[in-house]
Amino acid sequence: MGYSPETSIILVAIAPFLAAILAPATARFTGAHAGWVLAIVPAAIFVFLLRFLEPVAGGEIVTASLEWAPAYGIALSFLIDGLSLTFALTISGIGALIIIYSGSYLAGHPHQGRFLGFMLAFMGAMLGLVLSDSMVALFTFWELTSVTSFLLIGFDHARQAARRAAIQALVVTNLGGLALLLGALVVQQITGRWELSGVRETGDLLRESPFYGLALVLFLLAAFTKSAQFPLHFWLPNAMEAPTPVSAFLHSATMVQAGVYLLARMTPVLGDTPAWMTILTLFGGVTLLWGAVAAIKQIDLKQMLAQTTIASLGLLVLLIGLGSEAAIAAMIVYFVAHAFYKAGLFLTVGVIDHETGTRDITALGGLMRKMPASFIAAALAAVSMIGLPLTVGYLAKEEMYLALAEADAASLLVLAVLIAGNALLAGVGIAVAARPFTGPTVETPKPAHEGPLALVAGPLVLAVLGIAAALAVGWFGHAILEPAGTAILGLPVESHLTLALNPASVLFWLSVLTWALGVLVFYQLDALRAFLRRLETGFGWTFDKGFDAAMFGLIRLSGAATRFLHHGRLELYLVVFFALFAIALIVPLVSLGGLETLAPAVSLGQWAATGWSWSDLAIYEWAVVALAIIGLVVLVAAQNRLVAIVSLGVQGIAVALLFLLFGAPDLAFTQFMVEILSVVILTLVMTRLKLDERDRRPFEDAMRDGTVAVLCGAGVTLLLSTILTGTLDTRLSDFFLATSVPIAHGHNIVNVILVDYRGFDTLGEISVVMAAGIAILALIRGQRGGRAARQVEPKPAGEEAR
Amino acid sequence: MNTVIFRTIAPLIVAIMAVFSVYILLRGHNEPGGGFIGGLIAASAIAILGMSSSVRDVRRALKFDPLAYAGFGVFIAGLSGLASLFIDAPFMTSIWLYLELEGTEVALSTPMVFDIGVYLVVFGTISAVALALEDERDGGGE
Repeated sequence: MGYSPETSIILVAIAPFLAAILAPATARFTGAHAGWVLAIVPAAIFVFLLRFLEPVAGGEIVTASLEWAPAYGIALSFLIDGLSLTFALTISGIGALIIIYSGSYLAGHPHQGRFLGFMLAFMGAMLGLVLSDSMVALFTFWELTSVTSFLLIGFDHARQAARRAAIQALVVTNLGGLALLLGALVVQQITGRWELSGVRETGDLLRESPFYGLALVLFLLAAFTKSAQFPLHFWLPNAMEAPTPVSAFLHSATMVQAGVYLLARMTPVLGDTPAWMTILTLFGGVTLLWGAVAAIKQIDLKQMLAQTTIASLGLLVLLIGLGSEAAIAAMIVYFVAHAFYKAGLFLTVGVIDHETGTRDITALGGLMRKMPASFIAAALAAVSMIGLPLTVGYLAKEEMYLALAEADAASLLVLAVLIAGNALLAGVGIAVAARPFTGPTVETPKPAHEGPLALVAGPLVLAVLGIAAALAVGWFGHAILEPAGTAILGLPVESHLTLALNPASVLFWLSVLTWALGVLVFYQLDALRAFLRRLETGFGWTFDKGFDAAMFGLIRLSGAATRFLHHGRLELYLVVFFALFAIALIVPLVSLGGLETLAPAVSLGQWAATGWSWSDLAIYEWAVVALAIIGLVVLVAAQNRLVAIVSLGVQGIAVALLFLLFGAPDLAFTQFMVEILSVVILTLVMTRLKLDERDRRPFEDAMRDGTVAVLCGAGVTLLLSTILTGTLDTRLSDFFLATSVPIAHGHNIVNVILVDYRGFDTLGEISVVMAAGIAILALIRGQRGGRAARQVEPKPAGEEAR
Repeated sequence: MNTVIFRTIAPLIVAIMAVFSVYILLRGHNEPGGGFIGGLIAASAIAILGMSSSVRDVRRALKFDPLAYAGFGVFIAGLSGLASLFIDAPFMTSIWLYLELEGTEVALSTPMVFDIGVYLVVFGTISAVALALEDERDGGGE
């Protein structure tokens, strides 16, 4: 082929985001035609991806890679095989139809451009997700789908329900996102690969690892949150607060299928173990029945579809869990069938809602004559959903029954679950397509009429595709099913899809049984609904309420934690701070045996060994030591705060003099200035805050503070003495001494370290100094007005000395 | 504190301290000194000035808000690091330039610019705090 796959794939990943940025401007210029214009991008991607069908069907795998963080071996790598191609084609194809639809659905909406931008960004994230080879890229796009779907679900942000639904979806799917990140890290640690294709090459390594269970749980959590598996399914129905195009896109072929995609993608490395099969089949089966039953309970058409989506997701997960060749084939065909019919039905419901003003199934009827195109679309989609012959839905159903053709008890149980679930889904499908269109005409809030071309085009195309794909069954099997199956199972899969009806086969009669039950469900729908509603009111607790309870609990917990840790009493903060400082100094010294090394050299460590003694001190050195001690004594004894502050300064100056005498002029200079400024600023703080001149702490407080202070001082002294008993590692000092002049052009090593060797540190420090200054100013200014009376303790000395 | 002696002598002391702080800053690379200590000296000068005359006058004399000096300091310190990108070296690689001015060698360098940034940050921050505390009225700006 005459193109570079690398650049083109990366272009595919980027193009939707560029389109998203341009969307608002485009919508402003093109107005009502914005949908048609912007749909060019997904349509172009779709056409471009079609070119990969043939090579991929021939067994080729196209990869592309960009350097990302080479130091960690992370690349932005993409991979197109049968699985990702199937998903990417579905996403871009349905995406194009939905963008056209949205252009009309939201025509005249003040934020139409923003909406289209969100849609395109979401599509880009979804495409990136299914095309990613690198697990880091996969995670990034996964999170992007969470964020963009948050924006889409909460698009109607003025409504509280929409905001809640958006936050709920974000919380639940982000929980999964975190699990995915952890899972990816675990897999990377075990296999040493970031690329999914690389992980596949390691074969059984993951399954045999002791951390297999951990990786499995993390990946399943990610997939289950995204794909709304029981009991994490509750966010999906709430997400119906979004405008209908969003539901049609997110909940048919994209967002919620990300989890299914992840499971399919990980099947070669995580699948085919008893744990995998049991968990997936169990949760998938429960989700299937739960969703199907919940769908019957609803009267809102969109809610019915949302609940059937949960059921379908359960079905897909169940099929992946079964893991046999036929089950995987069924899963692929069902994914395609579901994408077509569910997106089509959602869009039709959107048209009904848009043109009649309601989507309450009990308040609609007889729309067939007024909205013939919508009816045809809905009917064809429902036929595929029910799985009548000549549809993709039929192929999928045949294939899944075939997967359970064995006669052991487990298979029969799963088969029963499948038939029950399919029958319920079929009943809901008939209801959604038949109720609004047939029967006597009912008055609707808006006078019903057919939607414009942009609205009905999407559902019609999707409905026809659902039939066409089945009619072209040979091509479908060869170009979609076989490559995707091969990609999931890692061995050549052969399509044996056929449209032929075979009354001699038991599978055929299972289908007939499903249809019959489906029809029964349809006719008993109202009775079933009433029964289920009574049951629910009797029970009273839902997962949705559970979520609320959990969130409020979390908020209460953080509130309590904040009040406990952030109580606003400066005095206690300081006590805790210095107590921890003392512990950090003393505990390691004692537990690591620092004191033992100190014990034999009590008389000031090695200084004693080198022949130093107190008598060597010159008279002026004695004077400085005496000055320090006097300062200290006065500080402790002082009754007046001002005296205490000044004597603290005296003590500090004495220490600075010591530095000067023992050859650290830089340190001494800085210490002088810091001491002087401390005295000045502390005095200012004291006068400004109009503090009492006397320290009126109760005796217990003074004792507590004194103990902490003594411990801190003792800790520092012990630490320094311990360090001095050992030999100093002079490699760094030697390096600085040797290189300061030649490479840093400076003789003052202290300064050279500050501004050159460790300039980056200093840059951070001066930023902190400035930020602290801003904070101090805010505190001082906050004293103005009514809060002036609040007691604030002076800050501790030496805080300025960075 | 506001004695005649103090008020008379303060401007003189402040002027000497200000000049000395710059001297300390510039000689820092080879002898004791540098931006940090220089900034502290300059800030002390401002604190003394604030005590001897009115804070309003000091603020006027400074032209800009003290914190703006600090912000500018962080800015040029960061900028001095970026200079190395022009010679295709990692961030904050030092660049030295030796100029001959009338027979005297003058060394200009990016670490020197960086040190001036440190000086400004320390000077600006401490002055801002000191002035805010000295300001009887509201502790804040104009």
